[in-house]
Amino acid sequence: MSSPAAGAALRVTHLRKAYKDVVAVDDLDLQVRPAECFGLLGPNGAGKTTTMEICEGLTDPDSGEVELLDMRWSAHAAELRQRLGIQLQDTQLSDKLTVLETVSLFRSFFRRGPRASEVVALVQLEEKGRARVGGLSGGQKQRLALACALVGDPEFLFLDEPTTGLDPQARRQLWDLIERFKQAGRTILLTTHYMDEAERLCERVAIMDHGKAIALGTPRELIASIGVEHMVEFSTGAPAEAIDQSALRRLDGVRDVRLDNGAVRLQVAQLHRAIPALLDELERQGIPLTELRTHSATLEDVFVALTGRRLRDE
Amino acid sequence: MSDPANIFAARGSDARLATLAGHPLWQLTLVRFREFAREPEALFWAFVFPVLLALGLGIAFRNRPAETLQVAVVTPELTRALRQEKMLDARQMPAQAAEEALRTGKVALMAAPGPHGSVVYRYDDANPEARTARMLADAAVQRAAGRADPVSSTDRLVREPGSRYIDFLIPGLLGLNLMGSAIWGIGFAIVDARRKRLLKRLIAAPMPRHYYLLSFLFARLGLLVVEVAVLLGFGCLVFGVPLRGSLAALAALCLLGSLSFCALGLLIASRARTIEAASGIMNVVMMPMWIFSGVFFSAQRFPGILQPAIKALPLTAVVDALRVNMLQGGGLARTGPQMGVLAAWLAVCFGLALKLFRWK
Repeated sequence: MSSPAAGAALRVTHLRKAYKDVVAVDDLDLQVRPAECFGLLGPNGAGKTTTMEICEGLTDPDSGEVELLDMRWSAHAAELRQRLGIQLQDTQLSDKLTVLETVSLFRSFFRRGPRASEVVALVQLEEKGRARVGGLSGGQKQRLALACALVGDPEFLFLDEPTTGLDPQARRQLWDLIERFKQAGRTILLTTHYMDEAERLCERVAIMDHGKAIALGTPRELIASIGVEHMVEFSTGAPAEAIDQSALRRLDGVRDVRLDNGAVRLQVAQLHRAIPALLDELERQGIPLTELRTHSATLEDVFVALTGRRLRDE
Repeated sequence: MSDPANIFAARGSDARLATLAGHPLWQLTLVRFREFAREPEALFWAFVFPVLLALGLGIAFRNRPAETLQVAVVTPELTRALRQEKMLDARQMPAQAAEEALRTGKVALMAAPGPHGSVVYRYDDANPEARTARMLADAAVQRAAGRADPVSSTDRLVREPGSRYIDFLIPGLLGLNLMGSAIWGIGFAIVDARRKRLLKRLIAAPMPRHYYLLSFLFARLGLLVVEVAVLLGFGCLVFGVPLRGSLAALAALCLLGSLSFCALGLLIASRARTIEAASGIMNVVMMPMWIFSGVFFSAQRFPGILQPAIKALPLTAVVDALRVNMLQGGGLARTGPQMGVLAAWLAVCFGLALKLFRWK
């Protein structure tokens, strides 16, 4: 590993990028440590992809600095390209080439790396080696895009929404691949709007909203930071607005109450005290329960707690 | 094969194969050929279309052998006399059938015996073919009856290769093909790659950009050999179009012409983001050359004031130079001015394209 252990693999300072009337990235600071998988989370339009593309040297920032593997794009573009693996959001490859031809083409650009056939085997596309790219399924295309990112044996891997649009089995296959890459001590910057993906793959995450990082830490730290361990969600026969919310808010162990699509969501610190209290209160108000669910707090709940919005409200 | 998981562990184990097969220029050029060969429409336009066009025009403008004129004859003696004339096709038939054939235009002339050994010709004097048939038939009848021509005459026919329309046309079509395949082939491929964001993925990898542009030129030159061979081979074998200049000089002209058009194609594609924008520019660029460059008829037909501008067009230069080489057997020295025009287009367009090219 050429980057010193003390330094950051990627350091982004005061990054700013505006398009005509939208500020995509707004004074962003980030540090990715060597050999960690760092996740950028956020809803569509939060500035994740713009941040990625600036770090990848594909978009110029309006202002701010990007330092990658102790190099800068302005001075070391050719060297950086050799040492990065890049998977673009919705990577496009020529439909008329075969899988093996595509990987061989990308392999020819890099000074070193495994053989094209080895990378194709790694992403489990051997059987499709001679198939045209145009005939691949979505999951196979994503794995091919990953193969093109891995074929230069990169030190630093950029993955922009690697599993968007994949079925659960294809997602798990991709996660296994990414974990193997991590185990070899390489660094990854990943964007996603799947919270389970971030919790499983990332050592640390930054939650982005409107071009800013609004929270930063390990998934566990972020979940702990909202001070609740559980979420309770229930629906009733009556309209949610008819419920006396202030009474719910006063219940034992309840931190916050929100209405969400006709359901009521409670942030709860102590589930064993909040649930009986909730049931008593609803009975007192004369409201029949039709549905009651609880789950441990997730990064999704962190986002809701910070912004009042859900991650994938489109 | 080793366990795939070890690929990452054994970092940098495999230096790039120092072979041609692993070279990015070779790989990129291969991609160009593959994309071309896997596009049936492209194959048709590049190879089959010019041949079909040459075939169609060659048939339409072929030098026909002089046609024989049909004559209906009523008696065997007259028929024998008329058969001495090669340009007449004398058919003996009964008088009634002969009149019917004349009325329906199956014959141009009807010849029947008249009183006192004379001959009666029946024909429409408004029809030039009928008048010609009348003169030929009468001359044959008189000669058969013993007339001697006081002045002897010989015919020398102008039909040699090199001065026919098809000889003029094939170099024109060759030039047209060089232009079309270079500009369409390169222009559409680059704009398509940009539009589909293939280009974005490529430049995210350490792809040497000049190799990317060079791969288009290399692939074009490879296809050029086939295209030129198909069209010229067809012209020579089917129509006997002459190749009077040296083949090396001809190859050099095709190469230089194709490179200039490639540079023009690169320039057209350097900024365009959509196929529509690119094809609009291509039409604007190529349309004047289709009309003015003398592919189908001589550019000399345009007024003298336009001639300098017409001669400065790259297609005019290519077509003129090809005709000098193929039809007049002129060497490279005689095509110097045209080659100068082509070199200027090549240098200016390639320089501008490199400056303007939109990678992102």
